Amino acid sequence: MDHQHTHGSSPRELQMARSMCWHCQSEVSGEYFCDRCVKVQPVSKELDYFTCLGFPRRLTIDQRQLEAKFYELSRAFHPDFYQNKSAAEQTISLGNSALLNTAYRTLRDPIERAEYLLDLEAGSVKQIRNSPPADLFEEILELQDTLNEYRAAGRTSETESTLRAKLQSERNMLEQRQRDMEVALQHLFVQWDALQDRGEATSQARAERNRILKEMRENLSNRTYVKNIVSDLVSTVG
Amino acid sequence: MVRIVGIDLGTTNSLVAYMAEGHPRVIPDRHDRTMVPSVVAMTDNGLIVGNPAKEHLTRNPERTVYSVKRFMGKSLEDVRGELAYFPYHLTEQGGVIRIKLGEKTYSPPQISAMILKELKQRAEAHLGESITKAVITVPAYFNDSQRQATKDAGMIAGLDVLRIINEPTAASLAYGLQQKTQGTIAVYDLGGGTFDISILKLKNGIFEVLATNGDTHLGGDDFDRQLADLFVKEIREQHGLDLNAYPDHMQAVRLEAEQTKIRLSDELKTTALIDLPDGKGRYSKDLTRDQLESLTMNLVERTLGPCRLALKDACLIPNDIDEVVLVGGSTRMPLVRRQVEALFGKQPHCELNPDEVVALGASVQADILSGGTTDLLLLDVTPLSLGIETMGGVMSSLIRRNTTIPASAKEMFTTYVDGQTGVDIHILQGERELVKDNRSLARFRLKVPPLPAGVPRIEVTFLIDANGILNVSARDVRTGDTQSLAVKPSYGLSDDEVERMIGESYKFASDDLKARQLIEGRTEAEAILMATEKALKQGSHLVGEEELSSIRSAMAAVEAAKSGTDHKAIRAKMADLEKATHHLAEVLMDTSLKEALENKKLSELTSGR
Repeated sequence: MDHQHTHGSSPRELQMARSMCWHCQSEVSGEYFCDRCVKVQPVSKELDYFTCLGFPRRLTIDQRQLEAKFYELSRAFHPDFYQNKSAAEQTISLGNSALLNTAYRTLRDPIERAEYLLDLEAGSVKQIRNSPPADLFEEILELQDTLNEYRAAGRTSETESTLRAKLQSERNMLEQRQRDMEVALQHLFVQWDALQDRGEATSQARAERNRILKEMRENLSNRTYVKNIVSDLVSTVG
Repeated sequence: MVRIVGIDLGTTNSLVAYMAEGHPRVIPDRHDRTMVPSVVAMTDNGLIVGNPAKEHLTRNPERTVYSVKRFMGKSLEDVRGELAYFPYHLTEQGGVIRIKLGEKTYSPPQISAMILKELKQRAEAHLGESITKAVITVPAYFNDSQRQATKDAGMIAGLDVLRIINEPTAASLAYGLQQKTQGTIAVYDLGGGTFDISILKLKNGIFEVLATNGDTHLGGDDFDRQLADLFVKEIREQHGLDLNAYPDHMQAVRLEAEQTKIRLSDELKTTALIDLPDGKGRYSKDLTRDQLESLTMNLVERTLGPCRLALKDACLIPNDIDEVVLVGGSTRMPLVRRQVEALFGKQPHCELNPDEVVALGASVQADILSGGTTDLLLLDVTPLSLGIETMGGVMSSLIRRNTTIPASAKEMFTTYVDGQTGVDIHILQGERELVKDNRSLARFRLKVPPLPAGVPRIEVTFLIDANGILNVSARDVRTGDTQSLAVKPSYGLSDDEVERMIGESYKFASDDLKARQLIEGRTEAEAILMATEKALKQGSHLVGEEELSSIRSAMAAVEAAKSGTDHKAIRAKMADLEKATHHLAEVLMDTSLKEALENKKLSELTSGR
């Protein structure tokens, strides 16, 4: 009874899937289900995670709303609810669920969310090199030396306790720095959202956009660098 | 609606449960016993399973298999350390353990299939219908190979395994249903052979697993061994006897160790008694609960590390946990309860029978899959990170542990040499840096068209489905062609082998095959008749007189065939009826169903109420 259309995944077919129901060929006006035959529709893999979860491309996200939407869509897509459906619908349910889970995981975490937005807006986020904050460069070099000295020092020696105290205070400083960077990142989030809300297309707005993205990229790259040093410190000094 | 049962395939005991009017129930046997011992014995009269097989543990130890779950999805090398504890003979073939029983060897999935068949028959006898579909539970920390082996066992037993579900999450479903719990809960599951900890968030019918951890080789068996080792040592010292030379007496020691441990959960002291071979009399040992606790403290402590890791992965501290739930027979031990209470700072729940709660939860999940329960949804995670081998023997992680499933990751592959026609891919599971420290899941060779180096672009998708089982597919980005992959499991039965085992399994059961087909036919005929009645009630005004009368006569024909004994005739009449109702079904689909659904917004369809 059921005509089962095999669902390919090349970009062109996906494009079609978005404009036409894979099952009854009618124009789909429903968001996730065909309005005519109520069959589940594949969420296009070209949709960004914000759109997929029905959120605007903003960096400040209400966690409760995000979770509520995730639960709502999980109920719509989860394979548990497609056990008695056709193979085609089961495949769509599986693909949609996997995409939804990735989207939620990415947007839930502020850092991953910011990295993802950078990737969307500026591309190649994977190529961000973890670099030390420019003003901390000297200090970090010195810290690396102290760490090496500490590792070489005898367990009970007097130098060890001096070095330990020094490393502890470095750790406190870096952890404070991490918190500062998080505050700065939050600030950038607000700036980004405000800029988007204004929706201007002036060259000034473009410059502002590029500045925010650049600062965000720097912030994330410094953050990862400092985070790695702190965890190195924690595992060495305890 | 086809019935789906829930099965707890345990290390020591197995159970089957189903949902009746919104309540999960465990199915007992004629003697009202709910647990089937997970024991299979080869006797002179053939294979026997469960309680009768248990009697053969001491009578016929070399040919009686217990705790087979410990060997699921494992190679001989993996279990070398504990081989001495098992009286039956293990070998290996194609990376899969084989158990020698008389002349033949059996893989762990085949032995498990015998237990599953026993449960299937029990359910069929109790419910008076044929059972072909099941949800089977596994420890949350089971890896891909162990899950696949469990699924294979179901197939060999003639069951369509609709879902592999994690034991602690199954338990949470049973508890959630019972108590309407909300908030963050920790499920501590210490069974016969495995330990799991799962942290979940329960909200409006959604059971979201935040993190899971565990040890698939830590359970009641290990507690028994501590006591058994002590007994064997003392018997050697006091009586000059090495019981290792007497497999039957070793089994008696193991069983007495288990009973002693169980007794010490209720009593503060007890006496273990073991008859010795060669007329050497009897060994007797007075034991206090304190003594047992100091012998097994290190085992209980081994469970606390995974608990802390799970909390850390969930970004929680013990104080954030609202409720702690105990699952598994081993949590009856007072020491375990005290340690869990100390870690989480609250008294754990144990209202539901810890032996039955997993099976009950599995039947709840079965009801969700069959469409009976619509307000609950379980969002589980993959317990271990999944990755591939990269240059220098390092694992590159693609899907991190504790990622909600279904989960997918894509990776692009290309070539390094002109004209290269293949890329070898090695899939791994685990948390360690180096390939050699992780679990090898499978290998396959990606076919690549011969082109200059770097030109081919093959996109491989790794998808972990809702069972926690990996599926791999590949697509040539240039041409858009998909590629079917021959993935060779590192520690599992090949598809061909499973096919063969299913065939063998049916050969043994060929006698009752006909009977089963008849029961199935009748059950399905009953279902289609009821569905047609219902459709007629809703839509008889939508079709013509002629059509109605042809539907009526097709129904009468099914009814007549149903009272006969030819399952083929039933099938034929059912097909005729389907044809006769084809148009009616379409009309109904277009009108009433559409109306019903159109008037509801998505949010209503999917909200918790």
